[in-house]
Amino acid sequence: MSPEGSRPAPRSLFEKLWDRHLVKAETPETPAMLYIDLHLVHEVTSPQAFSVLAERGLKVRRPDRTLATIDHSTPTLDFAPGETPPYATEAARHQVETLQANTKAQGITLHGWDSPHRGVVHVIGPELGATQPGMTIVCGDSHTATHGAFGALAFGIGTTEVGHVLATQCLLQRKPKSMRINVEGETAPGISAKDIILAIIAEIGVDGGTGCVIEYAGSAIKALDMDGRMTVCNMSIEAGARAGMIAADETTFAWLKGRERVPSGADWDKAVEAWSNYRSDPGAHFDKEVTIDASAIQPMVTWGTAPDTGIAVDAPVPDARSASHAKALNYMKFEAGMPVSGQKVDQVFIGSCTNSRITDLRAAAAIMSGRQVAPGVRALVVPGSVAVRAQAEAEGLDRIFIEAGAEWRQPGCSMCIAMNGDKGEPGQLIVSTSNRNFEGRQGPGARTVLASPATAAAAAIAGHVINPATLMEPAHA
Amino acid sequence: MPEQFNTLTSRTFVIDQEDIDTDQIIPARFLTTTTRDGLGKLAFHDWRYDSNGKPLENVSLNSLDTGTHQVLVAGRNFGCGSSREHAPWALYDFGFRAVIASEIADIFRSNSAKNGLVPIVAPPEAHDWLMAHPDVEIEIDLADQRVDLGNGPSFHFEIEPFAKHCLMEGTDPLGYLTAQSDAITAYET
Repeated sequence: MSPEGSRPAPRSLFEKLWDRHLVKAETPETPAMLYIDLHLVHEVTSPQAFSVLAERGLKVRRPDRTLATIDHSTPTLDFAPGETPPYATEAARHQVETLQANTKAQGITLHGWDSPHRGVVHVIGPELGATQPGMTIVCGDSHTATHGAFGALAFGIGTTEVGHVLATQCLLQRKPKSMRINVEGETAPGISAKDIILAIIAEIGVDGGTGCVIEYAGSAIKALDMDGRMTVCNMSIEAGARAGMIAADETTFAWLKGRERVPSGADWDKAVEAWSNYRSDPGAHFDKEVTIDASAIQPMVTWGTAPDTGIAVDAPVPDARSASHAKALNYMKFEAGMPVSGQKVDQVFIGSCTNSRITDLRAAAAIMSGRQVAPGVRALVVPGSVAVRAQAEAEGLDRIFIEAGAEWRQPGCSMCIAMNGDKGEPGQLIVSTSNRNFEGRQGPGARTVLASPATAAAAAIAGHVINPATLMEPAHA
Repeated sequence: MPEQFNTLTSRTFVIDQEDIDTDQIIPARFLTTTTRDGLGKLAFHDWRYDSNGKPLENVSLNSLDTGTHQVLVAGRNFGCGSSREHAPWALYDFGFRAVIASEIADIFRSNSAKNGLVPIVAPPEAHDWLMAHPDVEIEIDLADQRVDLGNGPSFHFEIEPFAKHCLMEGTDPLGYLTAQSDAITAYET
């Protein structure tokens, strides 16, 4: 108790980070000005922002707080050193070269073709230790919430705002509402973070988090490793929330320790002490609160064309509840009352900022080991970064994928966004570990079923959607 | 810079669909551009063209006169999905100046207001009326934050005051931010 007999009001993790980064508080006329600790930049959403700076004669204020990579437009095919990468289009090549020129002119570190840290922007930030608890992090990409897994306030912004942050390191924002999602209890064996987040989105809806920052909490979230926590936070936007976060704990600190950009020695101890304060106080206020029973979560797949259409893989597809649902069923060529399991698969994509990390690849390899991809199915395994690829190769996972008949690719966003040449054909069914099943997302007319790495790998082996539990026992040699 | 927005009298164009995502508004494969110009021809591309790029017949977007129809009316959760500002760039270049829905996704809403496209969330009764009466003349008064539906239920809408200011001035907030340089320096030190 303070001398006046009042104590500071309990604050949520989000409120602590918001307050700490206020350059100017909001007024009725003007939004808050929020300081940004880390700005991640990629080739697709930055060129027009750099152009605005050039038109107005502005320099990048903090190149040291800006980190760039190439991932969306980049080919995932092999090419020899010294060769031009096999871009899908001239426009893609020009876009990458534009980022190379812009970062060079402004003194920004670019993890380009020759960097051992190149990769999907939401994979390399954490991998380098550039992502740290307590930070504000933005990127011109809606999946920036991924970094919230480290107890950071991280969200996607538009290109105009990319320009604002480049020029001023600040962003204008109204304070969002807050929501806490508690996932309590223990998940069944074989249930992954992807199943958890698909179940959450199915529960709250594709707009359930609109206007909110979500904090994920509860025993099932705390039990997740960092890769799993990143998968959960990554898909916050699929429920409409710009940011999702998980308070940092021992799991977080152990994962970060020793990484390139995190402090070391005595500075590490100080950092951990500071980071430990970034958690919601008991009694902190949330505008909305939802609790989910972890033990009820099954291997999930989506049946529709929005990410909130997740159901258990063996459960019947529900009857259409609206015109949108009827349209989605028609597009997917699925029948209400029948499960998604059993649907014939044309392609399988294992990758994306949602599920391209080492534990994701291990889960897929465990299913594929000693087995063969079904005839007629193309399976693409795309690691999230050069470092993830190297780690997977050190563990022999690449051999498992290649011997099973899958394609082992160079890192990138690949078929998640299908703008680099990796795509589905009209009518094809793709089981994908990515985050969006919108119409045409993976190529015009392509049909997407979102799933975990284990479920995607199982589909590749079976040739149809299947409960991965049936393939979780090792194959006979 | 977009045009200044004060009032607009226009007919509505209704797309009776919920959850229209940014991949529908402009497919990702067109995002390899390095400019913001000329994206109107790609707006709703895969709804408007066949696989050979030929305009589809009987798709009303292909014959729409945006001289008379500058207001897009759509279902709940318009603009969900990615942060691509290409979505409002494409809609503005196509000729739309306002979007009315019963709910608009956060990032799209923020991006729109920076690009001359007024995002308007209509209350349920007015939204239902607009969906049920396609192609009607309405008047949007941004200063008063009011939409007059003629025979329908006119309504007041909320818009973030700074976004409103930027739309009315036809400017983006970069000038305001760069003028705060002292405060930023004070925060940094």
